[in-house]
Parts: sequence; C-alpha cells; structure tokens
Amino acid sequence: MEALLDIHDLRKSYGSTEVIRGISLALARGECYGLLGPNGAGKTTTLRLCLGLTDPDAGTITLAGLPVPRAAREARLRLGVVPQMDSLDPDFTVTENLVVYGRYFGLADRTIRARVPELLEFAGLGNKAQAPIPSLSGGMKRRLSLARALVNDPDIVFLDEPTTGLDPQARHLIWERLKQLLGQGKTLLLTTHFMDEAERLCDRLSVMDAGRIVASGSPRELIDDHIEPEVIEVYGDGAAEWGDEVGRRLSDRCERTGETVFCYTRAARPLMQDLESRGSLKYLHRPANLEDVFLKLTGRDLRD
Amino acid sequence: MRIPRRKDWRPPRVSIRFVHVWRRNFLVWRKLAFTSVLGNLADPMMYMLGLGFGLGALMPEVNGTRYIVFLAAGTVAYSTMNSATFEALYSAFSRMQIQKTWEAIMIAPLDLDDIVLAEALWAATKATLSGAAILVIIWVLGLSHSALTLWILPIAFLAGLTFACLALVMNAISPSYDFFLYYFTLVMTPMTLLCGVFFPVDQLPQALQAISVALPLYHAIALVRPLVAGAIPGAPLLHVAVLIAYGVAGFYLALVLSRRRLLV
Repeated sequence: MEALLDIHDLRKSYGSTEVIRGISLALARGECYGLLGPNGAGKTTTLRLCLGLTDPDAGTITLAGLPVPRAAREARLRLGVVPQMDSLDPDFTVTENLVVYGRYFGLADRTIRARVPELLEFAGLGNKAQAPIPSLSGGMKRRLSLARALVNDPDIVFLDEPTTGLDPQARHLIWERLKQLLGQGKTLLLTTHFMDEAERLCDRLSVMDAGRIVASGSPRELIDDHIEPEVIEVYGDGAAEWGDEVGRRLSDRCERTGETVFCYTRAARPLMQDLESRGSLKYLHRPANLEDVFLKLTGRDLRD
Repeated sequence: MRIPRRKDWRPPRVSIRFVHVWRRNFLVWRKLAFTSVLGNLADPMMYMLGLGFGLGALMPEVNGTRYIVFLAAGTVAYSTMNSATFEALYSAFSRMQIQKTWEAIMIAPLDLDDIVLAEALWAATKATLSGAAILVIIWVLGLSHSALTLWILPIAFLAGLTFACLALVMNAISPSYDFFLYYFTLVMTPMTLLCGVFFPVDQLPQALQAISVALPLYHAIALVRPLVAGAIPGAPLLHVAVLIAYGVAGFYLALVLSRRRLLV
C-alpha cells in the first residue's frame, strides 16, 4: 500500500547552516512513527517541511498522495496537527474552537456539531463544552488541541512534542488516547525527546541528530542493535574512582556523567559481585533502554 | 525586515475556504460588538460634533456648506480609514504574533494567502461599519437627506480595503506593537491633515496640495464629500482607480512580506 507520508532525501539550509541533511522516511498506514532527537536536531523543521510551511532546498515529500509543498493545502485536508505550542482561540469556548476549526476544512456546521460531543468525550472534556479557553489547565488545552486535530477525521496526525510540559497524569492520559487512535487505524507521526514516550507508543522510530537520521528501527531493534543489554549505574562517593579501577575493566563500555558511572555490559555478574562485596557504593542494575541508545548515538553533551 | 526571496513574489493563490477566516473574525467581533460599535461611533462622533458645532459657529460657510456638514463628510472617510488601519495593525498583529491564530490556520488546509486576503476583507468590513455608523449620525442630525449618500457604503468598503492592505504591509514587517506608532505619526496623521478632513485642501500651500492629491485619503474624501452634499462626485472613476491601485499594490506587497516573515 502507498505510504501516507513519503520523504526522500530532504535537505534544508538557513543561510550557510544546513539544518536538514538528507532525510528519508516512509510511514505505513496505521503505524506510529517517532522522530527522536535532542533540541535542534531538526525534528520540528522536518514537520514544517512536511506541512508545506517552508520549502525544501532539495528532496521530495508526498503527503496523503499529494506532492508537498505544491499541493500542501489540499494534502492538509487529510491531516491533523497537534502543534508544540497550543494555538487555541482564546476568544472562543471549547466548542466554538472545534466548530471554527472544522470550517477551515470546508465542513458544514451541522457535520462538525454532530462530531463535537464525541471529540470532547475522547479528549475528556465532556463537561467543558462551553468553558472559555483561559479557564482550562495545560493538560486540558493539550487534549483540546488533540481533539481539534481530529475534527476532520484525518488519516494521519502529526504530533510535535505532545506531552512536553504536562504532569505525569496528563501525559498518561494523552498516551492512552494516542493508543486509542492507533486502534482506530490512524497513522501517527510523533516528535519527542521523552524516551519512555517513544518506547511505549512507537512501532518504529528514527533518532535524529544535527539534521540527519542516525538510526532507525523498532525500539527493540534499536536497543538490540546499538547497545549492550544490561546497564549498571553507580553513583555517590567513590563512584568515579570505582569506575576508573573496576568498571572500565569489567564492562564492555563505561561512561561517566557527573557523579554517575554507567557500565554497559553483556555479563553483569562480575560487576555485581564486585559491588556487593564492597557494600559502600550505591548502584542500580537495569535492562538497557531507548534512552541509553539515544545517549550513545547523540552524545551526553547539552544541546542548547 | 528581511529581503523577500524570489519565491515570495509568486502570484497569490487563494482557496474559497478563506471565507471561514473572515467568519472567524466576525464571530469574535459579534461577541464584543457592543464595545466595538461604541468605539467606532463615540470617538469620531464627539470630534465631529464638538468641532463641527463649536468651531463651526465661529466660521462662515466652508465651500458653500455649513462647517459641520463639511466636517461630517471628512469624518466618514477618516473614521473608515482609522477603523481599517487599527484592525489590520493591532488586531491582525495580535492574531499573527501573539495568539498564534494564523499559525493554527496554516496547519489547517488554508495558506497564508487565504489569511492575508481574509484579514484585508475583514478590516474592510469593520471600516464599512464605521463609515455606516457616521452616516447614520449624518441622517439623524439631518445633515444630509440625499439618497446618494447610500453610495457611501460601497465607497467605505473600497477605501477600507485600501487602507487595510496598506496597514497589512506594516503588520508584515513590524517587530512589535510599538512599531505601529511610526505609521501613525509619519503616515496617518500627516495624511489626515493634508487630505481635507478638517479644512479644504486649497487652504494649503501649492506644494502640499500636490502631495495631497497623491494620497489615497484625498480620493476617498473626493468621493464622499459631494455625495453628502447631494451631488455626484466629479471624475469618480479616477478616484476609484487610485484607491484600487493603492489597494492592489498594498495587498501584493503585504502578501510578499508576510510570506517572507512566516514561511521560513
């Protein structure tokens, strides 16, 4: 089946800085695809290019079967977008926001109003239909943004860091709703820098860094392919010295960030025995996760 | 302000769905209509009545009419211009920059071209309401009884569209609200004083009269004033053509500069 979004060798420069350096990816119908990357990796620029809000210097984009940017306006008829910053209309109530937005898609008021209760129910805003926007919490606003993105019953939804700035309860609710959408057969493209979010939701994902895709695959594949299966984190007084003397010798790879030593290994036993015999160091033994892959691929330096 | 790129100069491409952006602004206005109408009406009306009766009492007739009638015609054009300009500067800027309304619309199946057109038409709509409000005062006070004054409504819409397009150029290059003060001080105020709102243009030195003729407000007033007096304006097509020319040029430039600003 034709991909809902197909990007080939996309490039974009601002002045002399090339911010997107040859990105290709294709989204299959019904999957959740994640774009992961540190700040400035080019995730949001990639989304803007796919929306036709800015023109690529080179490469092709096909969205819902139409060429972007040339036919971007028509392609967006089949698309929903949850932007990073909420852009709800503060002058309108919750319901008015949905009705006015639905009109932009050429939908009749009758059609939109018939959908509103279902959308509000989905967003957990059933009792907020007439509420003014300034009275909503951050989580409610984000859920309304999600409902707004669904007003045209889209085939594919872009979500740009959908849970950034939300508390854990609100994040879990958004995740649950996104899973429901996947259950309905919607295709999702998600940018995030939360690894647990990507690991939970994404069927496939690409790790981006400095405008390139540095690795792609399912979360499991990325962990299996790029990193040792077990991690021991050692922290507190004496951790650094222990890392230099023992950790480095007994693990496949040993990294230090501040006071914490990360030992990546295929065989944790010797390390554990050493740590247990000392009894003075604090440590945590856990399976490797996507965050470990991410940090290995994009480095531990701050990006801002 | 950044220099427009080659692609920013492409001709406008509009979807008929732009009307829903106009409707969005109309729906907001309807919620605040009372305050808005009060603002449209009260301020220009006080000037018109205060100056018209106060100053008018000290004056003989101006160009063969009572001063208040002379001023009323100028006020229609002035209040139309002001209303379009305020809407296309402050209100459009807050929708573009502060509330991110434009951003939300551009991720729906509408383009910036649709938004700029809708904003211009919406500001023209508000300008027409302002012109109409002054016209009602003119009728109520019996300053004019001519049915020809009904022509003022389409003229107010056209002039409103022209001034809205010019203001949208400023909107596209403005870093903040404060920037608009330049436009008022350097463009709007001189234009108001040069174009015959408060006194006949022929009172000005020759050189200033020449400038006056080149400004859009002059031509709006040249259409409105005879109609208030119950006469058909001279060379109406010329005045209409000047307003259209300013409007088309302003719209295109506003579009190019808005693209440069937002489609990056």
